[in-house]
Amino acid sequence: MNVDGVSTGIVLDHIQAGKSMQIYKLLGLDKLSCNVAIIQNAKSRKYGKKDIIKIDENFQIDLDVLGFADPHITVNIVKNGKLEKKFHLALPKELIGVIKCKNPRCITSVEQEIVHKFKLVDEESGMYRCEYCDTAYVAK
Amino acid sequence: MGIRNLINITDLGTDELFQMMNLADDIIENPSKYSETCRGKTLGTLFFEPSTRTRLSFTAAMMELGGNVLGFSEAASSSAAKGESVSDTVRTVGCYSHIIAMRHPKEGAPVVAADRTTVPIINAGDGGHFHPTQTLTDLLTIRREKKRLDNMVIGVCGDLKFGRTVHSLIGAMLRYENIEFVLISPVELKIPQYVKDAMDKANAKWTEVRTLEEAMPRLDILYMTRVQKERFFNEEDYIRLKDTYVLDLKKLEVAKKDLTILHPLPRVTEISTAVDDDPRAKYFEQALCGKYIRMALILTLLGLDKEVK
Repeated sequence: MNVDGVSTGIVLDHIQAGKSMQIYKLLGLDKLSCNVAIIQNAKSRKYGKKDIIKIDENFQIDLDVLGFADPHITVNIVKNGKLEKKFHLALPKELIGVIKCKNPRCITSVEQEIVHKFKLVDEESGMYRCEYCDTAYVAK
Repeated sequence: MGIRNLINITDLGTDELFQMMNLADDIIENPSKYSETCRGKTLGTLFFEPSTRTRLSFTAAMMELGGNVLGFSEAASSSAAKGESVSDTVRTVGCYSHIIAMRHPKEGAPVVAADRTTVPIINAGDGGHFHPTQTLTDLLTIRREKKRLDNMVIGVCGDLKFGRTVHSLIGAMLRYENIEFVLISPVELKIPQYVKDAMDKANAKWTEVRTLEEAMPRLDILYMTRVQKERFFNEEDYIRLKDTYVLDLKKLEVAKKDLTILHPLPRVTEISTAVDDDPRAKYFEQALCGKYIRMALILTLLGLDKEVK
């Protein structure tokens, strides 16, 4: 299968196989008017299988959201056919307005307009805790 | 001192705790020295949930420091009953007071309060989450009774699953050397795994037992707790478990002569009233310590702790 290379845009590589559609929705890629290619189950030396997303346009990606969704992703920024920047993601230290606390006893369940905030407490297990009630949330 | 709010006991470093307890000791020894220190200052007490000891001890603490108190003792007598948010309530009361003590049934409410006002916020209990001034009270009582906070065996008994005072006390005591915990509870009310993990991480010794009798002879401190009806969804479970542990004079026969019996109160049936006259029963002294440590806390958060000579 052939998918054209990106001349100016973003390539999200090493997405965990099967997660590309979730990331497509999280980043709101359906709202873009440019070409977006999703490659699923590509061969990977590192992971066996992986997904890739190619976006034919440079736009501002929320790296916190992306890192939370899959910290193993490699982001490649391409400009005029050349790789301009390449970086690896990690779990963000803080999640502000990304996920919601599900504890019904948390103040966020009743107080209007509070932005839900989580802090990373254990990188290895991907465990976050709500800044208000300390309820745990494990990134999967 | 660097801190401005007290939301969780971990907001205080070991040295800050030490200084605050020293201040409380000095207040106990020399109350007249402190009787005017908060003249012209007002404490706002926002109690969205009922409380006897915590609210009244805050009120007594501020009055004995020469300050004033305003506030409400239940949500129904405030605009919260009309649907006013915590944010708006705190911003309003912050206009009329210099420091606020707040109890709220929702976890994390004091964090929201601290974000919305410039006056210091004291968490006087947020649901089943934190109750740092109870832990301060417990630490001061233990230090005054034992003259130390290290090298002791602490038995905690009753509802160890929902009992926030137990979780906070264990967390606070882990910073001291050679503390061993004996966890006495029915299987259904066992201490949560995260508290066990914290004890393991701090290399503290701990054991779980099912009866008070097997734990009693080794204990330096016995911290009794109430099985809280409000934490159960099923009344049958509450009724079945509430009388699992009743401390009476017979059980105390095998205890150490210098055991210290504590209870955050209110008690229901878990300590027989006959125990109240035993010299080892210190739970009413503990309630008194609650007033003095809150005086020390108010002075510290208002930055007045160094002004008294």
